[in-house]
Amino acid sequence: MITLTDFLLVGALLFCTGMYMIVSKRNSIQVLIGIELMLNAAILNLVAFGKYDKLNNGGQVFALFAIVLAAATTAVALAIVLNVYRRYKTIDPDEIKNLRD
Amino acid sequence: MTLVRLLFYTMSFIAIGSALYAALSKNLVRSIFIFFVTLFALAGLYVIALADFVAVTQVVIYVGGILVLILFAFMLSGRETLNVIEQHKGKFINMAKVPAVILAALFLAVIVNIILKADADKLPWVKQAIAQKNEITPTSSTIDNIGVNLMTTYLLPFEAISVLLLMALVGAAHLSRKEGRA
Repeated sequence: MITLTDFLLVGALLFCTGMYMIVSKRNSIQVLIGIELMLNAAILNLVAFGKYDKLNNGGQVFALFAIVLAAATTAVALAIVLNVYRRYKTIDPDEIKNLRD
Repeated sequence: MTLVRLLFYTMSFIAIGSALYAALSKNLVRSIFIFFVTLFALAGLYVIALADFVAVTQVVIYVGGILVLILFAFMLSGRETLNVIEQHKGKFINMAKVPAVILAALFLAVIVNIILKADADKLPWVKQAIAQKNEITPTSSTIDNIGVNLMTTYLLPFEAISVLLLMALVGAAHLSRKEGRA
């Protein structure tokens, strides 16, 4: 059978890939994809530990909550990206240096 | 090597490989579309972790919802996003990426070290769950139990998250409205 450590290692690799994307990318949509990757790594850990909780299903239920939260985050973040693009004509996070006024 | 193990290695290889490709690719469109593959492979990993309901939810919400949203944002933000590709042509190693690589590698080393030290399979509560047969087996059906638990034990977080989702919807609609009229 597959052990918990295997799942945790896969999750760690995905998390670090997401972190690399967030720090290095010059495009806010790719930064958003990095955030989704990190969230998915966390969900993988929740699901892997949730296997040992048959009665309460804590891991799986909170994995569902995390997926819903990710959806909400993405909707708001993409609305912000569109607004920023309308104002600056770019979505490079390095280029956006000014406040509104 | 059993079939489950083989499937686990295949799925995790696809997930990590496509995630790395999405991270290293300079092309935004390729990065978005290869992210589809990562999400599907992760849904497969959830099935192997015996969480079939979460896997189906992952496919429905992530692949059906979030990625379509990301594609829309990409298409609405125009051609300028593609210009990033041309700026770094000819340089094999981009010096600006070195700190990010170092950060991610060090963080990975720390996490892997912690995971190997923690030795999750021998945690007291995991052993206790196995001893008390509180472990999900491949033959047990969990979906009805998830439904009952969602409406009893986890009712408060469920309500909180529904209110939060409504707030996020209103906020997104407010943010993406045309300016000047308000």
